[in-house]
Amino acid sequence: MVDIKRIKEGEYEVIAIKGEVDASSSIELDSAISDAINDGTKKLLVDCTSLEYISSAGLGVFMSYIEEFKKNNVNLVIFGLNDKVANVFGILGLDQLLKIEGTKMEAKALLG
Amino acid sequence: MKYCYKVPCKKEKLKEIRCFVKEVLDKHGLSEVEVSTLVLAIDEVCANLMIHSHGCNPKESIEIEIKVDKGKGLEFNIIDNAEIFDINDYQEPSIEDIIKKQRKGGIGLILVKRIMDDIQIISDKKKHVCRLVKKIHIN
Repeated sequence: MVDIKRIKEGEYEVIAIKGEVDASSSIELDSAISDAINDGTKKLLVDCTSLEYISSAGLGVFMSYIEEFKKNNVNLVIFGLNDKVANVFGILGLDQLLKIEGTKMEAKALLG
Repeated sequence: MKYCYKVPCKKEKLKEIRCFVKEVLDKHGLSEVEVSTLVLAIDEVCANLMIHSHGCNPKESIEIEIKVDKGKGLEFNIIDNAEIFDINDYQEPSIEDIIKKQRKGGIGLILVKRIMDDIQIISDKKKHVCRLVKKIHIN
């Protein structure tokens, strides 16, 4: 249902999500972010261009790492949300709490 | 018009529920974002029931009923026979609190409350119904 890939691009790590993240698959997103932090990644990009659906289980994964990112000096930028998925982030106001950009280029520019 | 769907309490069945709700709503002229938002609310209630009320026991099931009324809008009934949990009694945590405590759960029901216009819990000896109402223009 969901396919998550971790791709190293120089100093950046890209977590590419394809498919649907719900209560049955959010654990895979959780593992990918957790592994990236444990590997010492500081510049993390989440590619959502092929993310078709996200429920609270997936949003909860992002929210649960916000404090840890601050503590470990990790910068995470999400990019490529389609309108339906962006709307879900907006309902909870997460678009104000997480860094969200349109394209990978913009996301990389924000991370510097 | 009334549509029904029954599934065993397995998280893997959530996708089927979403497809059913989408298929029904797509017939009634709602926008893509409206449909996806309502699908999300139903997914959240069903996931919550499957996990917390039924312990993901595939021998138990939940039923989803959608009533479409051109004048009133949409009524979703999620029917099961588990112990009653009244979503209206749910003490909504703040988003800031969830982040600070690094909680992964707790936001599904916040989404449902923000998406739907009315939530009622109706129960008798045989069944428990979570009724979600959305006042929306229907074609």
